Amino acid sequence: MKNTKSIAVGAVMLCSVFTASVASAATTLESVKEKGHLQCGVTTGLPGFSQPDDKGNWTGIDVDTCRAVAAAVFGDPKAVQFTPLTAKERFTALQSGEIDMLSRNTTWTLTRDASLGLNFAGVNYYDGQGFLVKKDLGVDEASQLSGATICIQAGTTTELNLADYFRAKGMDFKPLVFDTSEQTVQGFASGRCDVLTSDRSQLAALRSKLAEPDSAKILPETISKEPLGPVVRQGDDQWFNIVKWVLSVQINAEELGVSSSNVDDMLKSDNPNIQRLLGTDGDMGAKLGLPDDFGYAIVKGVGNYGEMYNRNVGPDTPLGLDRGLNALWTEGGIMYAPPVR
Amino acid sequence: MTESEVQRPKKALAPVKWIRSNLFSSWYNTLLTVVIGYLVLTSIAPLMNWLFLEATFTGAEPSDCAGEGACWLFINQRLNFFIYGFYPDDLQWRVDAMFILLAVAFVPQFIEGFPARKWLGIFGLTGLPVIGFFMIPGGLFGLEPVESSKWGGLMLTLILAYIGIIASLPIGTLLALGRRSEMPVIRGLSVVFIEVWRAVPLITVLFMASVMLPLFLPEGMSFEKLARALIGITLWQSAYMAEVIRGGLQAIPRGQYEAASALGLGYWKKMGLVILPQALTMVIPGIVNTFISLFKDTTLVLIIGLFDILGTVQSTVTDPAWQNVAVEGYVFVAFCFWVFCFGISRYSQNLERKLDTGHKT
Repeated sequence: MKNTKSIAVGAVMLCSVFTASVASAATTLESVKEKGHLQCGVTTGLPGFSQPDDKGNWTGIDVDTCRAVAAAVFGDPKAVQFTPLTAKERFTALQSGEIDMLSRNTTWTLTRDASLGLNFAGVNYYDGQGFLVKKDLGVDEASQLSGATICIQAGTTTELNLADYFRAKGMDFKPLVFDTSEQTVQGFASGRCDVLTSDRSQLAALRSKLAEPDSAKILPETISKEPLGPVVRQGDDQWFNIVKWVLSVQINAEELGVSSSNVDDMLKSDNPNIQRLLGTDGDMGAKLGLPDDFGYAIVKGVGNYGEMYNRNVGPDTPLGLDRGLNALWTEGGIMYAPPVR
Repeated sequence: MTESEVQRPKKALAPVKWIRSNLFSSWYNTLLTVVIGYLVLTSIAPLMNWLFLEATFTGAEPSDCAGEGACWLFINQRLNFFIYGFYPDDLQWRVDAMFILLAVAFVPQFIEGFPARKWLGIFGLTGLPVIGFFMIPGGLFGLEPVESSKWGGLMLTLILAYIGIIASLPIGTLLALGRRSEMPVIRGLSVVFIEVWRAVPLITVLFMASVMLPLFLPEGMSFEKLARALIGITLWQSAYMAEVIRGGLQAIPRGQYEAASALGLGYWKKMGLVILPQALTMVIPGIVNTFISLFKDTTLVLIIGLFDILGTVQSTVTDPAWQNVAVEGYVFVAFCFWVFCFGISRYSQNLERKLDTGHKT
């Protein structure tokens, strides 16, 4: 009896030591400032989102989201280090504190938001799953795909979406599962399947890998919603707000016509919205624990949302994606950010 | 042997005779020779065409790769990334210096009679890792620090394999001795260690080190992913090494142990001077075999997001600016691995010949 008591007391003491150390642990913003750089989790190589270029620099829209946060905190978009993560590792790396934020082509779902101890800080790309088909199949819409053999990459939500879609439509299909996207394209190119399915943002790139890209086309249907965005740990609302508002500032900047090329002129603007955005008026930064000109630093260093989009995935890049859903709400898309005021 | 047989002009006839007796000795051998010869001849020409004759080696743009052959331009342009990963350009001389030291230490091992060969080899196993420990990460002696998340490519592959190899040999030796020890606690611990680590696949070890371990550590305490992977690889490799060396220990005749004891040698002297030199020489092929397999197994770090040479290639072959360059990428990786593994294998054969202790029959 005595023994169990002392064990219990010991356990309680041990626990209190741990909680004490957790309580005294610095906030994410403090620890980022102390390190002098932001540690950001990205993919191990996904065109347009995060991929090393031929100089070994990370490029992509997810990468630029990290750089924007670094610009907001340090005024320097280069004060960021990237941790390439596989799909399996990504949440653990964030939970364990190995990275400060995750910007890794991650779909915002209820399960992930509610049960992993994570918070999604917004959407930097609205994606959805689509189909690539051989033209000589004579298929114009997805409802004609009954009985088709479909190439998929293993272990992705793509697989589940596909099954859901076909079951809901009462059609059947034959899945042909590959390990990497490279193999999936090869399977499609060599005729082992009639259809290839993947996120729409990747379909154009996969199509361009075919020997004759014109022999295949992308079907108009989108069968799933894939809102992709940056993720932070739960329990640090200040950091959550920072990441959320960095993205909002970029979207607002595009809406207000502020870009990296005209941002210095815009500092003299009379528009109160722009003054608040760039920190010439008010103390928006201080409320987040950031310098007041954090908006200026983001737009100057990384650009507004439109620039970030066009540079990485836009019509002039090899991915060649139209803005579509990712256009501003004023231009027919759904990119809408709460006001900076 | 008669006089006429000895004097027969062997040189002229030997190839013809060899061909006749080995390739065309019977009708089915003749058939096989013809069929295989045909396959080889028809495949060599297109292969050479693809590899060299029609391949693109230089250029500036992805569109320069218009020919039918391989697009080595892709490898050419990314070579820096494939070798150094994200290591900053202006600091790459530090990695180059390590490559040169590595070559200085080990290339002479292939050259018979090279002066101070033995000392260079010893330097490669002891001094080199110490220098590398200061050179690659930096941070001391005024060298700018480079975080391990920026290491990559061939350099990372070599670091993983090299540290795994030189750390596992002593640990493995101790474990092997421990397993044959007469002290039950030490023997028990060694057996448990070896059997646990040897029974799990490396991929599980890496995955645990990368994904599970950080969750068990107290908050705020984390050590780098590369360090976790290296510890995992070393412990796993040590267990294998221990079993190979135990094989050598058991093959030493009992008389050797008894003779050493009879000379009044203590345990460590007996092992260090008499038993281990013989045992290790005997199992060189086994040791090298595990080295080579470790060298290739390092590519598994891909699943924990470390960019070894295969990782760097795989992350860039999907670049939409290039047409299909996956095959070129993988051929390049295979070639790199072949060069190193073949080197290790030749070196071990060299060593075996030199250390031949007369146990062979």
